[in-house]
Amino acid sequence: MSSYSQPARRRHLGDKRLIQMFIIPTVLLLILMNVFPLIYSLYLSFTEYSAINPTPPQWVGLDNYKKVLSDNLYWHNFAVTGRYALISVSLQMIVGFSLAMLLKEKFKGSGLLTTLILVPMMLSPAVVGAFWKNIFNPSFGIFDQFLGYSDPNTAPQWLGDPDLALWAVVIVDVWMWSPFVMLLSLAGLSAIPDYLYEAAAIDRASAWFQFRRITLPQVMPLLLIAVLFRTIEAFKQFDLVMGLTGGGPSLLQGTQAVNVTETVSVKLFRLAMPPQAQTGLSSAMAYVVLVIIIAISNLYIRALNKVREG
Amino acid sequence: MATRASAPSAPVTISTRVDKVGLRPKVTRAIRALVVVILTVLILLPVVWMVMTSLKSPSDVVAVPPKIIFEPSIESFIFLVTERVQFPTRQEADEFRARDDLKWYEEKVAERGQKITRVGDFPKQLRNSFIIAGTSTIFSVLFGVLSAYAFSRFKIPGEGDLLFFILSTRMLPPVAVTIPIFLMYRELGLDNTYFGLILLYTTFNLSFSVWLLKGFIDEIPKEYEEAALVDGYTRLQAFRKVVLPQAVTGIAATTVFCFIFAWNEYAFAAMLTSDATRTAPPSIPSIQGVGRIEWETIAAASLVFLMPVVIVTFALRKHLLRGVTFGAIRKG
Repeated sequence: MSSYSQPARRRHLGDKRLIQMFIIPTVLLLILMNVFPLIYSLYLSFTEYSAINPTPPQWVGLDNYKKVLSDNLYWHNFAVTGRYALISVSLQMIVGFSLAMLLKEKFKGSGLLTTLILVPMMLSPAVVGAFWKNIFNPSFGIFDQFLGYSDPNTAPQWLGDPDLALWAVVIVDVWMWSPFVMLLSLAGLSAIPDYLYEAAAIDRASAWFQFRRITLPQVMPLLLIAVLFRTIEAFKQFDLVMGLTGGGPSLLQGTQAVNVTETVSVKLFRLAMPPQAQTGLSSAMAYVVLVIIIAISNLYIRALNKVREG
Repeated sequence: MATRASAPSAPVTISTRVDKVGLRPKVTRAIRALVVVILTVLILLPVVWMVMTSLKSPSDVVAVPPKIIFEPSIESFIFLVTERVQFPTRQEADEFRARDDLKWYEEKVAERGQKITRVGDFPKQLRNSFIIAGTSTIFSVLFGVLSAYAFSRFKIPGEGDLLFFILSTRMLPPVAVTIPIFLMYRELGLDNTYFGLILLYTTFNLSFSVWLLKGFIDEIPKEYEEAALVDGYTRLQAFRKVVLPQAVTGIAATTVFCFIFAWNEYAFAAMLTSDATRTAPPSIPSIQGVGRIEWETIAAASLVFLMPVVIVTFALRKHLLRGVTFGAIRKG
């Protein structure tokens, strides 16, 4: 009797220990490398402190936050990021979804083409940015040539013209990430049951009607996920800008010179690193960005759960 | 109306989808295929241009208008792996070129009036990238598979919150976490060390790895392990001998995704590494040529750096959707 129940109990205990052993490394690492730093920087965001200065942090209350939220200089970075996110994500949705509509009916070689289209999104944004610099060059780059500008003197200066630079970032971003939208859209399209279309065909519904009343509502949840995911990424935008424009070119706005492609993350980096090294202020700015991203992430995770359940 | 009235008697035997019974389905399909081919070529053009640039000679690279047809050269790759200096005078360069003990690559460089001084930084940076991305990948997959198994098979108190917390850490902008990490590392002497970056990348990928692997392990029927447990296996043995072999595809896919993320990472590397441990992504945009911007060298570096990822994209195409959505969405 006792020899019968003994192993079972030991196994039960073993399970509990096993779970702990299996989960602890993950939780420990995340606490050490994510939670602790975040608490530390929350504290720093209420202080006046510079990482290159031996003076210890001085408590200043909400001063840093007031500065970030009221100074036009920082609003400029938020505005750039918002505008960039809006344009870039919209274009990615249009391009990505159109590609998916073209690829949803399989034809010979469509699998290979789909994979080839996915290549840009797997590349390193910083390296991609560095290389697109060459492509955008008005004299020896191919972009202007491709658009039909053969004279370097009149060709658009994509990276040097303050009116165009943000568009240059958008173009590369759309190039890189439309495939992601396409991939999600394809998943959504392939999940639409055929009988819906068959029923519509029996009713002689027009192709437009079918698209509007069947296709679009059915892929909507996945499109929503794509929008949220890309918006989060757009708010984190950093490496591509660093590789492509470095935040420049600058433009005189009123009395202040502003960098037209300087997203919040780029600004944060500049603010945090030497020679500026305004650690306290940059921590406060990081927290403002964090709150925005957490808000969008929450929507994202909720949408994801809906799709997984439904 | 008349046709519709008679329709019910005859069963629908062919597909009635409008897009399948269109006028000439074959023609529309051919047109669609053609459009897709053209678009694919357009999308790949920048990559093709990169390959072409890496094969150009220094003068062809800056030719106006850009040259489509040119004589291929591998100079860029020599430039990429060497550190060079320009001879101050034409005479010195010519004297150097006249020597007959030059290796073929030295001769190539000498033709540009330059002399190789030492091996360049790029090979070392590439090696750093491999060491850091490789090691961190092993750890994030190892810890990931353990946690994923625990989350998949056992009731864990606060499981939903814990999983949510794990996912949310991945949504943080790296720049926001880097400030405190930078200070912490400086205090602990971990900045500019392999260990520091490996630790960071392991954590960075862990949330992703847990989510992706949990999806894969969820799909393995519990019954297999239960059978093994009945046969006298311990839980650990069942995990090793039954679950792991079944999860091999998932583990392979996760490994490659983690590797690509770590391989491509820029923000942490730019902040936390300098000479000794610097990886390739922050280095490539700042490649300085000798006396000019060496576009062909940048192109060659990008090409070498992107190659593994391109190959892997093809190997992974079945799992791509899963990988890029944190394992949340399965079928494409």
